[in-house]
Amino acid sequence: MTSATPPTGTGALAKREARLAWTLLAPTIISVSLVVILPLLAIIWISFKPFTLSDLRPPAPVVRESLRGSGDDLRIEYRLRNSSQEIAIEGVTLTDVLPEGVIAGEIAAPCVLDGQELFCDFGTLDGGQRERIRVPVTIDGDPDVFEDVVEGSEPRITGSGPSVLTNFEFSLENFARVFDGDEFWGVLGVTLFYTVFGTIGALVMGLFAALLLNKSFKGQGFIRGLYLFPYVAPVIAVAFTWVTLFDPFSGSANALLVQMGLSSDPINFFGERPLALIMVTVFEIWRYFPLSFLFILARMQSIDSSMYEAADMDGASPFQKFWLLSIPQLLGILSVLFLLRFIWTFNKFDDIFLLTGGNAGTRTLTVNVYEQAFAVSNIGAGAAVAVVILMCLIAFSFVFFKFISREEGL
Amino acid sequence: MRKGFITGPVLGALWMVVIATTIAVTMSFATGAAFRPQVLLSLIWGALAGLAYVRFPARHAPARLGVSALLGLTCLTGFGPVLIGSDTTLQAVLVTIVAIAAVMHLSMAEILKELPFGELTRHEYEDAVIRFCTGFGYIFFTATVIIPFYVMVMTSLKSQQALLQNPLDFSVDLSQGWALFRSYTELFRDFNFGTYLWTSFYVSCLTVFITLLFSVPGAYAVARFRFQGQKAFSRSILLIYMVPMIVLALPIYIAFSLTGLRNSILGIVMIYPVTTIPVALYMLQGYFRGLPTEVEEAGLMDGLSRLAVIWKITLPLSLPALASVSLYVFMIAWNEFLLAFMLLDDPSKFTLTRGVTMLNSSEIPRQHLMAGAVIATVPIMALFLGLERFMTKGLTAGSVKG
Repeated sequence: MTSATPPTGTGALAKREARLAWTLLAPTIISVSLVVILPLLAIIWISFKPFTLSDLRPPAPVVRESLRGSGDDLRIEYRLRNSSQEIAIEGVTLTDVLPEGVIAGEIAAPCVLDGQELFCDFGTLDGGQRERIRVPVTIDGDPDVFEDVVEGSEPRITGSGPSVLTNFEFSLENFARVFDGDEFWGVLGVTLFYTVFGTIGALVMGLFAALLLNKSFKGQGFIRGLYLFPYVAPVIAVAFTWVTLFDPFSGSANALLVQMGLSSDPINFFGERPLALIMVTVFEIWRYFPLSFLFILARMQSIDSSMYEAADMDGASPFQKFWLLSIPQLLGILSVLFLLRFIWTFNKFDDIFLLTGGNAGTRTLTVNVYEQAFAVSNIGAGAAVAVVILMCLIAFSFVFFKFISREEGL
Repeated sequence: MRKGFITGPVLGALWMVVIATTIAVTMSFATGAAFRPQVLLSLIWGALAGLAYVRFPARHAPARLGVSALLGLTCLTGFGPVLIGSDTTLQAVLVTIVAIAAVMHLSMAEILKELPFGELTRHEYEDAVIRFCTGFGYIFFTATVIIPFYVMVMTSLKSQQALLQNPLDFSVDLSQGWALFRSYTELFRDFNFGTYLWTSFYVSCLTVFITLLFSVPGAYAVARFRFQGQKAFSRSILLIYMVPMIVLALPIYIAFSLTGLRNSILGIVMIYPVTTIPVALYMLQGYFRGLPTEVEEAGLMDGLSRLAVIWKITLPLSLPALASVSLYVFMIAWNEFLLAFMLLDDPSKFTLTRGVTMLNSSEIPRQHLMAGAVIATVPIMALFLGLERFMTKGLTAGSVKG
């Protein structure tokens, strides 16, 4: 007697399904890994290298060709130089075809002439080294015409210098530079202030706005749309508007304050410590409260109303209903929002960059990446800051996943 | 604390400050003349009004109205809640007085309702406080949202000279006719904004198209198929959300510089969709999960292939979700600033946001910058207001990203 056993392992159907799934996912995976994973690896690589903005153009030989002299003393001149002042280039050669009608005279080393083809081998070109090759020529015809012909034909040159990016020399110099001095801790402090207060502020404001709109009345849809404006408008438009509004000379906010007698002199809102930091945090709150508002409102409207009816029967007051019913119900969404917004505020670059450019004590880690890489033109140091950011994010996402798997949803 | 004759004056006093400030700011922005709220006097007048409104229930409407009218009229003496500058036009003064009287009367009646003069129950007290907070909330949020946009539009219509003379004066001289929009005509004529608008538009559309092309199959696979690594995949999508753009922008800048893709629209169109695919995939898979599988299984039974099922059944069913996702992706691409700023240098290839950044220089007058901001904002706002339902849904579903 044989007993029937359920099949184990993956069946053909399941295999086919999995194969189809991966096929459908393939374009996404390939493109995302090209643009996300690869750059992430690249930035870790670069952070260990002394790489500056000027290294983006690797050293290369540069050549200029011209027809010189007059009458019998005609010559073609090639001027060759190393574009870099320090780094040597190896395997430098020059190849050019002399135009028809040009007869070359005697040719000096390191060049040889084969028919009309000129070939020169320079070997290694040191940093800043210049070479000049003169080829005496006789031509039959108008020299002016030949000048164009000669200078029109580009000689081919080969030779490549070592690229900082591809060699295997690493140094911790960038990290030493980043962590050096008080600057880093200042930047970290600013980042934490901005992130913590920006996130909490946006959440509290969002909760307040959601409480306002959590009832149906005429025009509720309109007001909800209106309150989303700061989030939907392009950051560039609203940031520049804030800069204009709070301008110390032509800003309306200052004019208003002076007129109301709250301040006698115009205040430079985005140019003074620590006011600038407070202002960018306020901007962050202003721009992102709509987001928390939207989420919290959606959650509020899904709370079972019978709970409130029961509370009414028991004689609970409005404040009691808010603290004892609404807040516990909203705690889940509030904490998920807090975590997500925390990470996103931490990552924020555009807002501060457009408002203050990172000046006046508002330089956060993300702005520091840009500052190091482009203002100081030290891409390696920028990459090192980026790696520090990534470390923080990995820590955050551990907390996040521990939490979100409990919270489920969103 | 829970006595009508205490709660009434306290709320009244605070409310008077709110109203006085609101009206002073509104009138200042509207006329450019000097209006100043007087906090101490507002507190006193408001407390008196609060007391009157608690003392006289609604059936004594004339008494209540009289108190409010008195509040308005005191502004003429210089001892009212709002101090009006001497060079203000008669019209503006009248508007201020009427506004203070009418707004105070209506809002105080609404906040204090039938609050008894003596002992209050907990409900009556808390309801009154909540009504006060609600009123304050509406004024506060509406003002903070509207003022920047108002300033943006109005500044773009002014001349530099008028702006420096009195930054508060936003009154518009309608008699200029079309000359009012000279900043805009100059932007379109001298700064190529027509081209930028078009570039931004087609870049955004292409981004939406490519994003959907990639994310629809991906989202379907994650939502419907069981395969190894499914959970890890969903999680890594969320993780990718969290990588800051500036960290990616640096290596992308280097790679594009080395390959010559920098400064080309092609490079931008290659990068934008990849930043939005994870968001779109995440939003769509949530929606696909909510669709009933039975319909799709029926299709399979009738001999459709999987791809045909996606094309003929799933996609038509998820049109609203596709609309939301498209709008959301369009918004991200339209508003994108960092990559356009870093990768585009050639003014003939700018997107709109990059073009507006160009205007932020000391040589270009402020109203041009603000006109540029308006040009960048109006299309996205029009889209948003026209399709608010889809947009809100898209925002809620996808905007874990910020």
